[in-house]
Amino acid sequence: MTYRPIGIVALLLPLLVASSLPAAVPDEVRFNQHVRPILSNCFYCHGPDEKHREADLRLDTREGATAAAIVPGQPDESVLLDRVASHDESELMPPPASKRARLTAEQIATLRRWIEQGAEYEGHWAFLPLASDPPPAVKNQDWPHNPIDQFILARLEREGIAPSPEADEATLIRRVTLDLTGLLPTPKEVETFTREFAAQQEQAYAALVGRLLDSPHYGERWGRHWLDQARYADSNGYTIDSQRAMWPYRDWVIQALNDDQPFDQFTIEQLAGDLLPEATKKQIVASAFHRNTLINEEGGTDPEQFRHEAVVDRVNTTAAVWLGLTVGCAQCHTHKFDPITHREYYELFAFFNSTTDVNNKGATLGVAPGEMFGEQPETLPPLPEADEHFAQRKAQWERQQAEQRAASDSSQKPQWQPLTYIEFDTATGAGLKLLEDNSLLADGRGADNETYRVVAKTDLAQIAALRLRVLTHESLPKQGPGLAGNGNFVLTRLSLSAAGAEQPFASAWADHEQPKFAISGVFDDDPGTGWAINVGPGSTAKMNAGHQAVLVLEKSLAVDGPLEVKLFHELNDGYLVGRFALEASATIPPSPATIDDKLAAALTTPDDKRTPAQAKLVRDAFIAADPPSRAAQAKRDRAIAKSAALMVMKELDQPRETFVALRGDFLRPDKALGPLQPGGLSFVAPPLPAQAGRTRLDLARWLVHPENPLTPRVTMNRIWMRYFGRGLVETEEDFGSQGSQPTHPELLDWLAGELIRQGWSQKAMHRLIVSSSTYRQASKHRPELTESDPRNLLLARQERLRVEAEVVRDAALSASGLLDRAIGGPSVMPPQPAGVYSFTQNDKKWIAETGSSRFRRGLYTLFFRSAPYPLFTTFDAPDFQTVCTRRVRSNTPLQALTVANDEAFVEMAQGLAARVIGDIPTVDIEARLDRAFLLCLCRPPSERELAVLQGFYDRQLTDLAADGDRAAALLSTELKKSSTQAAAAALVLVCRAILNTDAFITRE
Amino acid sequence: MNEPTQNLKSVTRRHFFGECAVGIGALALNALLQQDGRAVPLKIDPANPLAAREPHFPAKAKRVIFLFMAGGPSQLDLFEEKPKLRELHGQPPPPSLLAGRRFAFLKGTETLLGSQRKFERVGECGMELSELLPQHRKIVDEVCWLRGLTTDVFNHGPAKLFMNTGFNAPGRPAMGAWATYGLGSQSRDLPGFVVLQSGPRGPRAGASLWSSGFLPTSYQGVPFRGNGDPILHLKSPPGVTRAAERDFYDTVAELNEARLDEVGDPEIMTRINAYEMAYRMQTSAPDLVDLSQESAETLEMYGVQAGQPSYATNCLLARRLVERGVRFVQLYHTDWDHHGDQANNLSGALEARCQEVDRASAALVMDLKQRGLLDDTLVIWGGEFGRTPMGEVRESIGRDHHIDAFTMWLAGGGVKPGFILGQTDELGFGVTEGKVHVHDLQATIMHLLGFDHQRLTYRFQGRDFRLTDVHGKLVHEMLA
Repeated sequence: MTYRPIGIVALLLPLLVASSLPAAVPDEVRFNQHVRPILSNCFYCHGPDEKHREADLRLDTREGATAAAIVPGQPDESVLLDRVASHDESELMPPPASKRARLTAEQIATLRRWIEQGAEYEGHWAFLPLASDPPPAVKNQDWPHNPIDQFILARLEREGIAPSPEADEATLIRRVTLDLTGLLPTPKEVETFTREFAAQQEQAYAALVGRLLDSPHYGERWGRHWLDQARYADSNGYTIDSQRAMWPYRDWVIQALNDDQPFDQFTIEQLAGDLLPEATKKQIVASAFHRNTLINEEGGTDPEQFRHEAVVDRVNTTAAVWLGLTVGCAQCHTHKFDPITHREYYELFAFFNSTTDVNNKGATLGVAPGEMFGEQPETLPPLPEADEHFAQRKAQWERQQAEQRAASDSSQKPQWQPLTYIEFDTATGAGLKLLEDNSLLADGRGADNETYRVVAKTDLAQIAALRLRVLTHESLPKQGPGLAGNGNFVLTRLSLSAAGAEQPFASAWADHEQPKFAISGVFDDDPGTGWAINVGPGSTAKMNAGHQAVLVLEKSLAVDGPLEVKLFHELNDGYLVGRFALEASATIPPSPATIDDKLAAALTTPDDKRTPAQAKLVRDAFIAADPPSRAAQAKRDRAIAKSAALMVMKELDQPRETFVALRGDFLRPDKALGPLQPGGLSFVAPPLPAQAGRTRLDLARWLVHPENPLTPRVTMNRIWMRYFGRGLVETEEDFGSQGSQPTHPELLDWLAGELIRQGWSQKAMHRLIVSSSTYRQASKHRPELTESDPRNLLLARQERLRVEAEVVRDAALSASGLLDRAIGGPSVMPPQPAGVYSFTQNDKKWIAETGSSRFRRGLYTLFFRSAPYPLFTTFDAPDFQTVCTRRVRSNTPLQALTVANDEAFVEMAQGLAARVIGDIPTVDIEARLDRAFLLCLCRPPSERELAVLQGFYDRQLTDLAADGDRAAALLSTELKKSSTQAAAAALVLVCRAILNTDAFITRE
Repeated sequence: MNEPTQNLKSVTRRHFFGECAVGIGALALNALLQQDGRAVPLKIDPANPLAAREPHFPAKAKRVIFLFMAGGPSQLDLFEEKPKLRELHGQPPPPSLLAGRRFAFLKGTETLLGSQRKFERVGECGMELSELLPQHRKIVDEVCWLRGLTTDVFNHGPAKLFMNTGFNAPGRPAMGAWATYGLGSQSRDLPGFVVLQSGPRGPRAGASLWSSGFLPTSYQGVPFRGNGDPILHLKSPPGVTRAAERDFYDTVAELNEARLDEVGDPEIMTRINAYEMAYRMQTSAPDLVDLSQESAETLEMYGVQAGQPSYATNCLLARRLVERGVRFVQLYHTDWDHHGDQANNLSGALEARCQEVDRASAALVMDLKQRGLLDDTLVIWGGEFGRTPMGEVRESIGRDHHIDAFTMWLAGGGVKPGFILGQTDELGFGVTEGKVHVHDLQATIMHLLGFDHQRLTYRFQGRDFRLTDVHGKLVHEMLA
């Protein structure tokens, strides 16, 4: 049979519930309400995209339409009507080949009447200024708690529907606690509320809401929603997907929400905190919002390509989060339906196109745990400058540098003389082989942390410097020059001795250094540092090639007999130098030119005239050359390493040029059009101030300008969505012309206006919504409404909502009493099943926490984009590759298996049983079931539920009493102390059953 | 117009279908239908989103097994005999052939690399097969050979996403998700889209390769694991017997029914069904992987070694999965990335990969045929791209990623058997005839499953998305 995939329901719903849609032709035709839904079918070919515009006709503007197709007031003269009603297939619009359905008689009649009435256009509703309709009058004046209810009730009264009664107090406290904190209330909180509610309903509820909004867990709950939009994760994404430390940003979000930072400031700091004048550390941390983009660490990638991808993601995310617009289409071409041009897309792009990161870490900022919550970071070890002789040694070093330079300037070029090897061996006697070109090749058969020893002589009378050349060879992995699998090595120390006396080095440089593995590491006293040569993403250097390092002696050495050189490899097993050669010079060689020029310029500048950059250059060069300073700096750096190096936004000194990328291809910049200036979207008010050099800060301020109607609408719509399962605009991610219409447009605008009037306070908005009668209704389905409002669009009841993935975990943790309530900090690794990473390219290290960190809230679980924690994926958490403004809610067998059998949930069932036994020590199953229900559902079981669970308990108890091994297997260490093991084990099974009910993972 | 399937919560729809559609005038329905005027969403029963559905037109393929050779096998050493390339071995490639091409690792100084492998024309179709795939000779006339594949992206992660989701960045639904979204599944006891994996590591891009993207998560691929439980959390907790487990599931169902009666939310019915399926999977999944039910001949035919996770085992599992009604099975076998490194070269490493997949791939086709399943099961073999005609100099000479011409094969499910489509130039740089872009292949696979790829769409963020993005042409020549 041939099946026509027709979403009948989807098509019928508006007819049934949205009386704004015409069943027949309305008397007064309104463009937005009646005509736009019809004409929007035409915009694909007759819309804003001029490249695909057919017949040079556009119907999305009055000017375009009246130029050819429409004669206002004269339907019979309007070609449009002929074409949509034509019986000639070659004439008919939309053309049959477009697979767009032909217009109905009603639609054509609507168009006709609209043309008769003058064919007036209106802008798209979402782009119009906020309307300021006062809350409407209602008949039932007892019901509304606040203006929200007047808007909702007025509409219900129009339809002749009464709202639902208020939910019972158990449901209310569980609902509002889950909604505001993502946790379950404790039995004590339930009891207090129930008692107070019986006496003073309104006061009790207001006190409850106030307490929850003041709870630090509020910031965690709503922070999690925000982190979805920030596409927060703990790994770089793509294929290698290494771990990253973005948690200080998460801390910042939690704290900003707990502080109720106004949403406009919240926006500005995240989009442009780094650009604020006198930016505080916290504000720079906030800018990490847009550093949550992916980094591709795969070999052979073009860093510019993935930098471009990251900027694209920043543009698309910004538009989705603040404007509720899908601008991504305009990346390749002018948007088909919304007035976003290809050019405007890249004008937005230009705002984000000039940061220093290039598919790499870019700018970072050290942030310590607790710092975002106002704690003072631990006192760091002092800077090298704290040493009283620092200045003196530095001055001396600078003089020495000047002398060396003078010496090398007077063209005493170093003459590198190869050493003649007399003896060469390794600590374990494995092979070093002398090759014809006077280099030494290691065969790698020795110890993993081998030391090479070379005894050599030279014809030079004195030596001032030693040169180590590391060389490739076909026998080495990837041709070397190291023996590690990728051809790398780590040389942790190099020593030169003459007559048994070790000769200290003063400075060193190499032609290439791996980040954090500088050559200076080979002559400090720290075996944890050394020289290595891997390349970071974006580097043009090559690892598998010959490299050289020069080490300058503190004092020239008068040669009198053989020299002994040792190469140490104390880090990373098997990271040995594979092939090398040693040379000496009698004169001090000049530093490599690249460093030379800048450093020389800095050194010749008097101390007080140096720029900060120059001063830093000199300081760093000195510290690298001065062992005590280097040690002090290393100690300090290690302490800092406990902090996160948070990736933050930082502008280049000179902005990059931005071009339109033809077909969205970064390799095809439209040079003809020329470089673009940063700009906003012309159809969104207000216009950006005309000025050159606009920055992200201007963009952020434009987004939260009180005249910008989209940001407050989109923001309030999403907040609403969290409470009712659906926004007033269901397509919360698309406020463009293809999105859905608001069910309650006046309410949406009132809420958006209220957000601004309340100083952008999100907590004020939460208080407003959860205090409304609308929110407080029962969620029980009403059979009498299944026909008139099957999807509950009119909100004549609350919705039952399955809680999000993290809250599934958090609810079970709070019911069981195991929850670790610590706020913030680095991510943690709760137990997870083995083998989760068998599907990823690189095995990830996952060491399950053993202490209370095992029971941290879900939002702190370490999140690898390529292999998320299985519970989260199963319960519809996104993988955070891109912005997520709304999660789906699926209901699958894998979810059932997870809650039933996941070790973590079994542990929580045991915890719940232990808590119940602790609360009710006597073996009174009815009292215990009562308690378990109170802990999980905030209410006692019904008689029917009690009977079901009692039966289950009795049957299991009988079995378990007869099988002590089975009982023991079900018990945690704590429960094994119980004197009645069978009863405890049966209670574990009962608790497991309660945690597996639909009600437990649902906010009713 | 809202997209009802985006929110499975709105289950009252089911109720609506059952009782309320009556009485709505056909005219009004039609009016709204036409007012919307674009591709209309599927009707999904939210209580059973995997219920089997009929496609747009009768399908040739009822199920798919996609054997994904992750890393990009060298078509020039397996399927493409190029005498001219051998003749010009060691010479720089003609500049005209390099113009406009991008490579991941090549520096521009590389020279042409003739294959070391012996080729032979085999079967009635006369396909050239290299000595590395001896077992493939047995199926050469069952298979539709595509030698003119092209793709858009040359890094592994993006290219794998492109092959699977039609787009080079994560976030779109995989082909298997589209297939189960469109067709549902015929299995009551197993997920509709299953992923199996073999080789030393997972494929690059991980879970985004079998993601349901913006489709409801009921359609995401469920990765079975090679070791231990094939599905996570199948095993009951210690101390819970099968009888106790039945009692547990019944108890949970009774509690849920009590709540359903109280609050009337049909979503609870879905949850009851999901738990029942979970219980069945606890039995069906272990039965699925119990290969002791297979004959010694079958195990030998595939090259399965008992208890050893392998590609061969996964091929056999794939057959057992489709026998049980699973809609889409995808196997990943990794490490085809033969650049010329110690572990990834065109000598020992390529030979090892071929030995691992040759016998079992052929066995799967033959086994499906002898069981009468090949007619309506589509088998697909191939990687995310091919490899360059130029040698890449590393420890040994290997080949870099090549996106402008590579080979795949399909069998069964309505494709033309013993048919070769596509010709490349004499050096294998580009396609001279029979070019099939990845989007064309996807369009054709969708067609075989009974869908017009332009009409199987899903509305998300203001746009109708489909597997083939805004491209793709049905390749008529491939159809039987």
